[in-house]
Amino acid sequence: MHEMAVTQSVVDAIVAKLGDATVTSVRLEIGRLSGVVPDSVRFCFDVLCTGTSLEGARLDIAEPSGRARCRDCGDEFTLDDFILLCPCGSANAEVLAGRELRITSVEVGHV
Amino acid sequence: MCDTCGCSDGDVRITDEAHTVVLEQDILAKNDELASHNREHLRASGVFAINLMSSPGAGKTTLLERTIRASDTPCAVIEGDQETLLDAERIKATGAPVVQINTGAGCHLDASMLHRALHSLAPAHGSTLFIENVGNLVCPALFDLGEAARVVILSVTEGPGKPVKYPHMFAASDLVLLNKVDLLPYVDFDVSEFERDFRRVNPTAALVQVSATRGDGLSEWYDWLRRPARS
Repeated sequence: MHEMAVTQSVVDAIVAKLGDATVTSVRLEIGRLSGVVPDSVRFCFDVLCTGTSLEGARLDIAEPSGRARCRDCGDEFTLDDFILLCPCGSANAEVLAGRELRITSVEVGHV
Repeated sequence: MCDTCGCSDGDVRITDEAHTVVLEQDILAKNDELASHNREHLRASGVFAINLMSSPGAGKTTLLERTIRASDTPCAVIEGDQETLLDAERIKATGAPVVQINTGAGCHLDASMLHRALHSLAPAHGSTLFIENVGNLVCPALFDLGEAARVVILSVTEGPGKPVKYPHMFAASDLVLLNKVDLLPYVDFDVSEFERDFRRVNPTAALVQVSATRGDGLSEWYDWLRRPARS
């Protein structure tokens, strides 16, 4: 399950940036075409935060839809899975959005 | 001791209004930085690195054994498996330098594992480096190692629909080798249906039909390895 490694990268990146500051919530962006399952990240998050400055932090995940541009008809269309099928019937499309895998922001408690 | 009421709870920290720290950082930034470092190092050493991915049993190691023996340029191999040195021993028998990475519970290689393996393998200038990823059609797709190209092997015995069931792996490939085509008369696998499925997730990558045991299509694979893009 690669979500474990992905979530560990979230925890490591935040601790590296913020040191010992108590983190009360974390906002992530996990696009629908990113190949990462948000529910699995939620499961791993609680486990991996234990004993760190993120312990008990709330996790909010935004899941932006995919967007692609058809190379044949030029139209843009949305998609929620990786089947690149334009309404015109062409599968020759370029993915524009939906692969996001980002830490947007964190809330830090004043100490 | 607390100044207010004399209680002993002196190390309780009161948190007033929280503040937001905007990070806007890629989650895999650390892996991607290391992958860029690997890519730069490989390019400077004149090494053409291929990340070879497939399910377990698709024929990666058999293909490598044959490819190394036929190659007119030096080859080196990094083997990724959860456990054992079995694949590394098979590669060693071909005479190519090899390093085995055992990931334990891990389901994929990452850029840091490749970095450590490169230090111990030190592939020769001008060589082709095959990185045999852990057998898995899901997780390895997500982790850039610093390779120059991604090759996915699918064997016809794995059945239909794989490109649309595992789209991330097939979408991220530069070349797909459809292996074990010598078994096509005996299995329920429609090559044109596979091709149609593959094009739904990847309209541009090359596709070559091979049999790593019987030799079909291997000259086309060797030509791809020599293609101008490696320079």
